[in-house]
Parts: sequence; C-alpha cells; structure tokens
Amino acid sequence: MTQLFENNPDKFKHTAPADARTRGQKGDWVTCAFCGAQQYKEELGEFLVCGVCGYGFRLGAAQRANMMTDSFTEWHADIEMTTPDFTGYAEKLTRAQAATGLKEAVLTGEAVIEHQRTALAIMDAGFMMGSLGAKTGAKLVALFDDATANDLPVILFSASGGARMQEGIRSLMQLANVSAAIARHREAGLVYIVVLTDPTMGGVTASFAMQGDIILSEPHALVGFAGRRVIEQTIHETLPKDFQRAEHMQASGFIDAIVARPELQHYLGQLLRVHQAPKEDAHV
Amino acid sequence: MSEKTPIDIVRASREDRFLARDIIAGLITDFQELHGDRAQGDDPAIIGGVGLLGEQPVTVIAINRGAEIAEKLQTRNGSPEASGYRKALRLMQQADRFNRPIITFINTPGAFPGKTAEEGGVGQAIAESILQSMSFKVPMIAVIYGEGGSGGALALATSNRVWMFEHAIYAMLSPEGFASILFKDAKRADEAAALLGLTPQELLTAHVVDRVIPEMDNHTAFYEQLRLDLKNEIADLQKLSTTELIAQRQQRFAQFS
Ligand SMILES: [Zn+2]
Repeated sequence: MTQLFENNPDKFKHTAPADARTRGQKGDWVTCAFCGAQQYKEELGEFLVCGVCGYGFRLGAAQRANMMTDSFTEWHADIEMTTPDFTGYAEKLTRAQAATGLKEAVLTGEAVIEHQRTALAIMDAGFMMGSLGAKTGAKLVALFDDATANDLPVILFSASGGARMQEGIRSLMQLANVSAAIARHREAGLVYIVVLTDPTMGGVTASFAMQGDIILSEPHALVGFAGRRVIEQTIHETLPKDFQRAEHMQASGFIDAIVARPELQHYLGQLLRVHQAPKEDAHV
Repeated sequence: MSEKTPIDIVRASREDRFLARDIIAGLITDFQELHGDRAQGDDPAIIGGVGLLGEQPVTVIAINRGAEIAEKLQTRNGSPEASGYRKALRLMQQADRFNRPIITFINTPGAFPGKTAEEGGVGQAIAESILQSMSFKVPMIAVIYGEGGSGGALALATSNRVWMFEHAIYAMLSPEGFASILFKDAKRADEAAALLGLTPQELLTAHVVDRVIPEMDNHTAFYEQLRLDLKNEIADLQKLSTTELIAQRQQRFAQFS
C-alpha cells in the first residue's frame, strides 16, 4: 500500500502566508511565549523551537503538514455548511480564512510519514483560536470515518481554545459527534495518536484530544480544561507557572511522552510501525 | 408551555426545586447507592447506584448539588471533579455488563474549575465518559433537571434520549460567562441568555433534546408520571437490536454537523 506514495515525494504546497505569523512584531526578533527569551528568528531553526527552553512556536496547519510529513494530500476541503447568524461571526470567519489560508480551524487529509500512510488532522490556533464549530466537527468526523473505511490510523495535532462561542450548543454537540466517529474507528481496531500542541483547552481536551490510544505532547504546551483565570477566581489561589503545562500534565499521568519537535516525525513513524499489524496477505 | 424569558428560566433552573436524592427516591424502589471510583475517591457531587424502575432493574447516576449548605460545599454546588466522572463511568460500565438500562439526572453549573480537578484530569475523565458512552449496549436516557452546564453536563448526556425539565437549561457556557466574553460584562447575562438558545423549547426545536417534561407542584404525581414515561421509553428502546441502539445514539449527535 505504501508503494503508491513512495514515488510521489511532492510536498504539500499551500499558498497560505502561514509563515508570517511566527515572524512577530519586532521584525527579526521573536519572543518565546513560554520563557520570554528574545532571539533572532533564524536562531529558532527550521523547526521554530526556542533555543532557551525548547518551546515550539505556534505553527499554521499547512506549515506543520510540511514539517511533519513526507507528503500530504488534503481531504474534505469542500465541506460546506451554513453558518449561524451571529453578530460579527461571518466577518470573523472571513478574517480567519484570509489570515490562515484555511476554510476551517482544522486541516484534514492523508499523509505519508516514514513510508507509512496515515490519516492526519492538524488544528490551527491561528483560526479563531482553533475553536470547535460544526464544520470543524464535520471535517473531523469525515476524517475518522474515511480512515476507518480505508483501514488507516489517525494522527491528530490538537490546538484549540475550546468551543466556538458563536455556535452555542451546536459547538458543544461536536464533542459527542466527533467522539462517535472515534468510537467507530476504535471498534475497527485502528490506532489513534494525539499530539497535544500549545494550546489545547476546554471542550477539545474534554473530548478528542484526550481520547487517543497514545497521547504525545510538544514541550511546555498548555493543556487543560478550565481556564487559569476562572480557576484562580474560584479557588482564590495563585497557580504555579507550570500549572496546565505538558510537563505537569505528564507528571499527573495524562501524557505518554513529551517529544521535541525535531524528533516528532520519527517518533510518529516508529509508533505507526509498531501498530502495523502483520496481515496474512501482506507483502512486506 | 412557559411564558418565562430565557433569564427567568436560568434563574428557575438554579432554584433547587428538585434534589437528586428526592428524584431517586421518587422514581426508584430499592435503590442501593454504590460508592467510589475504584481509584482514588468518592465524589459526593455524583450519586450512583442500582434499583428498580417498576419491575425493571436500572443503573441511576445523578449529579448532586446537595440539600443544605454543608452538603453544597461538599459537592461544590454540583460541580464534579474527575473522580466523580470516573465513578459515573464505572457504574455505566457495570450497567453495560449486566444489561441494565442507564438513567442519568443532570444538574450542574459545570465540572469544577479547580486545581485538583485539573491535576486529576477532569477533561480526560469527561472525554472517556463520552467516548465509552458511544459503545454501550444498553438503553441510555439522560434527564436535565436544573442546569446543564457545558462539557460537565454532556459527560452524562450522550444518551439515546435526552429530556429536560420545563425549567431547566442546557448550554455550552453560563450566560454570565458568555456575557463576560461577548460584552466584557458579566452583568448582561439576561442578553446573553437570550442569545445562547438555552431554554427547553429552543433546544427541542434544535433537536438537542427530545422531550420537555412539564413540572408539577405535586411531586408525588409528577414522579408517578415521569416513572411511567421512563418505563415506556426504556421498553421502546429495548425493542431495538444492540447494533440499532448504538447506531441511534451515535446518529443522534451526527445531526449537528
Ligand atoms: Zn523559551
């Protein structure tokens, strides 16, 4: 099966100016969102990692697809859906689409990672903070169902502030909708791998970001359910700096491994290999 | 059914007209409470156990806001921690194993926003509850009897049927929270409530809920009617094959995309 793609090393090309978002306000200077260190952008290297603390700067979905796969083919680009009539929502969507080059907060498709096919979903925090709308949910359901039909694993890079305010209860229903598709994928005996990236919060944490068979994270990613400010107001305590960061969540037992961005593609390749069940008719 | 405005219904939903233990006592005979998540604790914000609905053995799980101040503090006004959701999931798994229908009663402002809740993985606990609910082989009915707050409510509402009391609400965020994001002013909750579509009638129209249960001042008569409705609904769901039952539950949520 992988042979189909071995002769097709064309990288996924995207017209989005996703790169612009990591450039920062100060020209060639960028500030690490985790440790605050300032450095020249070139110093971050091709993986855009802070030289001081190892935090991975936020990426656009297309940029991440290029960085993490041998090749990528987009699926479900044309799923259309009526948008709820909520003041300012249509304008916000148009702005997010222009800024990211995406139609929705998640990019879905099929990728090859170290010669292995996988279905792939990448959320983009630059698109309305990766919030979960009905169309975001529909794309994820389509991805899991197509992966199930094609006997493919799913890798998902999460990045989201949670529910999409403008869509109300319909947004909340996506937690159940996507979970049902994951249940069908799981029932078929296929593996689902999550990579938590900064930030993964709210309803996304309370559903598909925490439903992986294996849950990885990028260093220092913010991962949680309730927001820090709400918690501090509720319990009248100041929370430590590492609260809801990947390292703390791993120590609490919720993350299998924290993997630095330059090692991530190979790590995923290894996991995909381990989960390739030998089949009687396989010509390996 | 009701001429109240959305914010009136929000206020009514928080009035504690119905308490978890009273609902269980009113509907279920021979209820036996089962405690603990088998891992670390026993969250009083979730009451669970087994009993009889008429002749039918059922598993009942209810979010408990508590009756008086001391219990309200213990249950954080009905805001479960991770351990509470794990207790609920354990009892659902047990129901699935013994082919007992599951009835959940929901009334929560949301999962508790606290340090121990986060460190206990409350998000993961809700996620697991939702995921496993999609595969249980038994009829599941959820009844929202007060506040249905966000993911903390949905964790127990991924069922074949979702019902609501006449003065209950269901939303992805509280009107106060929505107002503070939208208007930067939590005091404009009345406007936010009108925008959220959180009333039973709006949710019925949107197919988020399947039935609105008229409330009665006479609780004895009310419970008698509700017990009959639940019995009939369970009997109807039991006519479906396992495959049909699971497909119906999953399809119920597919309509929102
Ligand atoms: Zn840094």
